[in-house]
Amino acid sequence: MFLLIATLLKFIFFGLVFAIGLAAVLTWMERRQSAYSQDRLGPTRAHFFKIGGKPFTLFGLLHIAADGASMFFKEPVTPKNADKFLFKIAPLIGWTTALVTLALIPFGPSLPSSVFPASWIPEGVETIYLQMAHVDSGILIVLAIGSLGVYGAAIGGWASNNRFALLGGLRATAQSVSYEVALGLTLVGILMAYGSTELGSIVESQNGLLFGFLPAWGLFIQPLGAVLFFIAATAETKRTPFDMPEGESEIIGYFLEYSSMQFGLFMLGEFLEIVVLGALFTTLFLGGWQFPHLIGTDSVSVFGLFTWNGPVAVAVSGTLVFCVKTFFVCSLQLQLRWTLPRFRYDQVMRLGWKTLLPLALINIFVTAGLIWWDPTLSILSYVSIGIILLFVLVVIAGPRRPPQVAHGH
Amino acid sequence: MLEQVSPSFLLFVPIALFTVAGACGVAFSRNIVYAAFSLLACFVGMVGLFAFLSADFLAVVQLMVYVGGILVLILFAIMLTNKISEVRRSNPSSNIVMGGVLMIVLITALLGVVFGFPWTVGAPQPFAATTETIGRAFLGSYLLPFEVAGLLLLAALLAAVVVARKEMTPAEQDGKGGTP
Amino acid sequence: MLQSHLPLFLVLVVALGLGVFILVVSSLVGPKRPSAVKADAFECGNPPSGYARERFGVKFYLVAILFLVFDIEAVFIYPWAIVFSDSTRGAGTLSPLLVVVEMVVFVGILMIGLAYAWRKGALEWGPEHGKGLETTTAGH
Repeated sequence: MFLLIATLLKFIFFGLVFAIGLAAVLTWMERRQSAYSQDRLGPTRAHFFKIGGKPFTLFGLLHIAADGASMFFKEPVTPKNADKFLFKIAPLIGWTTALVTLALIPFGPSLPSSVFPASWIPEGVETIYLQMAHVDSGILIVLAIGSLGVYGAAIGGWASNNRFALLGGLRATAQSVSYEVALGLTLVGILMAYGSTELGSIVESQNGLLFGFLPAWGLFIQPLGAVLFFIAATAETKRTPFDMPEGESEIIGYFLEYSSMQFGLFMLGEFLEIVVLGALFTTLFLGGWQFPHLIGTDSVSVFGLFTWNGPVAVAVSGTLVFCVKTFFVCSLQLQLRWTLPRFRYDQVMRLGWKTLLPLALINIFVTAGLIWWDPTLSILSYVSIGIILLFVLVVIAGPRRPPQVAHGH
Repeated sequence: MLEQVSPSFLLFVPIALFTVAGACGVAFSRNIVYAAFSLLACFVGMVGLFAFLSADFLAVVQLMVYVGGILVLILFAIMLTNKISEVRRSNPSSNIVMGGVLMIVLITALLGVVFGFPWTVGAPQPFAATTETIGRAFLGSYLLPFEVAGLLLLAALLAAVVVARKEMTPAEQDGKGGTP
Repeated sequence: MLQSHLPLFLVLVVALGLGVFILVVSSLVGPKRPSAVKADAFECGNPPSGYARERFGVKFYLVAILFLVFDIEAVFIYPWAIVFSDSTRGAGTLSPLLVVVEMVVFVGILMIGLAYAWRKGALEWGPEHGKGLETTTAGH
């Protein structure tokens, strides 16, 4: 009973309020950003009332509610010759897998059960994890559930009985299957460095400092792994530049025949996948809820100006830090949409199999060698910082393409 | 066992029923695509059974390899096959008599084992993470099978490439250009 | 039974139930005005032609097999990575040398396969590459 209520409360906070809320805000951000990039105004109309003659639109945020309501009250159309049963269950798959993945992610530090009234906590429970499912093989389950997500696209595309939808579904399946290989192998570096498959203890292992000031996050000991993971996970979410399964201007996508909330679930599921990717990247490479210099083991201090002691303080601020980091990674992913053009399908496959896969294998062996040389990970971190500095140097001082001058005639 | 209905037994029954229902769907479905998706249900039920038996790594492997990999392969194979859209033709039931005889023999044998074997009910084991134990087994007593598995995978890979490559005459190539 | 996996099962049920609830409510409040045109497959405004579920390129199948091989490889690597991490810290009885050599051999074998697939053009999707690969498009 305690387990049930605790899990539901965590699900309501992290799954419903944070993840679905953030997914909804991301749809708005994407619209604003697209409008900004294309010199448009974007969503500005939806409002309930006017203030001083001007509609109160809250920067277009009310469009989220308008979109949701409009999708709810539309007619769900099932096309002729479609497979009725499979057509109906397909939208549920992506949505469910995204939410179940969130269950494994620790969104805050664990609390001693003594901070709660003793009557709430049953015998023998000493730690309250801010994580719905504290499972030993957590990261492997995340990968395994991630591989289920493709069925939403495959089943939806097949059931629609539409060429474009079927093509979209097939492309989505082949693409996510290809990048899953790279995604899975990229994480091996993290497994070797931290020696655990439980996401909570991976976050715990990222405490401490490198060189006395730099947080010992996964990013600073697995920079190549972080980049590969980000690319592969972006491909899994099927967003630009990897959006051939959708290709709005070409084949529309596997959800082509879907309408009303059936489409809404597909779309919400996709934005939830962005949140899942952000949360997972934060957990594995950005230290999860940790923030050195700010959050200590039992107190929170903002440069000595403001201190707040106790495990509750750490838990609250840790959760906040986690949410902010996740939001940061999500917005980084949104930036890609108007930064990079769409790949061709053969380019996507080549990138997955001929670039990411060999690089992931090289990463495994280099990491293994460096950990073998020095199990305390310091040599690994030196090399990693070196790689990051080299990369920054190349970006700043490297050769630049001269600006393309438009020829008038 | 039935007289003491424990919470874990209540959890076991739906998982087992789900698995068996999936398996029945595979066997009895007249539509091969439905059969494939019933296999999905069956595999997912197996994941539940592995988790129920505290074999967490095997549950993950079942999910990753069977559900996430082999079933994708089966679906692609179905979609690649010609005239698969005529579901009545793609999944005919034949040899019902032979199948029935085989089924009766197998069920008798299985029931014989279930009721004839002196099962001992062990104490519930405390849960231990199995990933590391399996890793140690790979590096210890199962070192050779582990490497041989690598060779087997290599053979599968080479065979796939060879089978998918069918030499075509230039005329055929002109006729069938481009992937969809 | 894995106590720790119960919340996972619970979240699965809740998430699935929520999705079904959303779909059911939406289909109850939405209008129902079916028409023949609406039920047609959408092919960018053209009248739909024929049956959609036709045959597809064999390359999709090849990708699935390649994925399966490397997925199993990854499944073998995960326990190895955990054991390796322990052995370097002196926690186990295995020497790190043995652990590394074993994985180098295992991955090396599969690298041969990847190199073969690469050389034979099985990883190519463009029309100018991998001409030998049969492209079974729908018979028009």
